[in-house]
Amino acid sequence: MNIKLRLILGCTFVGALLAGCATAPSPAELDAQAQKAIKSSFRDQSFVKTSWLDQDLGLSACSSDQAPDQATADRIMAEALNTVKWPTGGQYLGDWRAGERLAQSGRGMTWTDKSTDPKENGGNCYNCHQIDKKEISYGTIGPSLWNYGKNRGVNELSSPAFAPIAQYTWVKLWNAKAYSACSNMPRFGHKNLLNEQQLRDIMALLLDPKSPVNQ
Amino acid sequence: MSKQLLVGIAALALCAGAMAQKSAADGIAEYRKMLEDGNPADLFEAKGEDLWKTKRGPKNASLEACDLGQGPGVVKGAFVTLPRYFADTQKVQDLESRLVTCMATLQGFDAAEIAKTPFGRGEMANVTALATWVAAMSRGMRFNLPQSNAQERASYEVGKRAFFYRAGSHDFSCASCHGEDGKRIRLQDLPNLTKNPGDGIGFAAWPAYRVSNGQMWSMQLRLNDCYRQQRFPYPGFGSEVTIALGTYMGVNAKGAESIAPSIKR
Repeated sequence: MNIKLRLILGCTFVGALLAGCATAPSPAELDAQAQKAIKSSFRDQSFVKTSWLDQDLGLSACSSDQAPDQATADRIMAEALNTVKWPTGGQYLGDWRAGERLAQSGRGMTWTDKSTDPKENGGNCYNCHQIDKKEISYGTIGPSLWNYGKNRGVNELSSPAFAPIAQYTWVKLWNAKAYSACSNMPRFGHKNLLNEQQLRDIMALLLDPKSPVNQ
Repeated sequence: MSKQLLVGIAALALCAGAMAQKSAADGIAEYRKMLEDGNPADLFEAKGEDLWKTKRGPKNASLEACDLGQGPGVVKGAFVTLPRYFADTQKVQDLESRLVTCMATLQGFDAAEIAKTPFGRGEMANVTALATWVAAMSRGMRFNLPQSNAQERASYEVGKRAFFYRAGSHDFSCASCHGEDGKRIRLQDLPNLTKNPGDGIGFAAWPAYRVSNGQMWSMQLRLNDCYRQQRFPYPGFGSEVTIALGTYMGVNAKGAESIAPSIKR
């Protein structure tokens, strides 16, 4: 092979390599391109603003097919636990009938809803969970909650099992990220999706020994 | 109450009992089968074909010279290769945004004006009908999106990131519902869109006629309503994220048979 041909071939090879580099962005560059695309692709509609796209640590760390490392997950859970507001007067349970109505409703917080007032919102519970067995139209993204209280030893409100499980469940509803950093479950208390009374009503659906869920 | 009515109600209750024994998927598949005999999507398909061939717009031209990626005027097979990169616009485009490009360049319509038009109205309704016909011309063919161009590969990667992006009041992403096999919302089966979900499922089923609201839904409208229910702000028609999601789902669906336009509950 003469020198000229070698040079041409060599240059072509280097050129192809450079072109290859120029056209293959790094994962970080793709992350930046995706962030830019997300920022530019949406607009406000009704009360749903583009600021709703902003992420806190928990959301950004849980936005890929890779789970965050343990230290990050621990930090997300600790911060989530810190957000919990306990029910006034230590009153955990409301009316299970109202809780069932909330569990059935998937309404709220879309750009076709009326307002962000929690009174407009449902709990979306049956979308993902089995709860009362009488309702056969339930989703399977979350675990079954049938016999939720009964299975956890709450046979009456004076059961010693009641206080710890009531506290656990309150936290779960207020900010599910307290127990699982990347939980799929919305943060109903923390994001003001449901008010305190609505949370109590759903608590009653799950924990009241008289609730159909615990029969 | 008449005796006949009582017997009828009893029979209905029995049917409901029998239905409950079957999986939700079986019931819904049976329901779709019953509907397939007359899919109103046919009407939109015919309207789309007519729109493609009719001289319209300020330039009084048809769309017959429109290049959907297979060369000017080639419609068959185009749907199962979209979104893809187009050299003339230097962009990755999905079927609907590409149709709008052709309506602008060939017919003289205002592309930005069409993109702003609500679904089901004016020229946007025509885009949906055109998309329905173009999709129908690839019925039975298998998805095979090109990924040879750097922008096509970047579009896939942006789409993947958008798919997993959690935000909004409820912290949802596309993956919250469509990231695992065998999940449901209420009785609705959810396809896992992070891989090929199978023939005629997910990306391979839209555009589709929605029986519940009597509307023809394109992929852009399908994504728009996903984002509404995800409690995200409003995605622009033909925006980068919506097209990138199309690339992500379309590439993942490689080999899946297209049944579009299909019929949905």
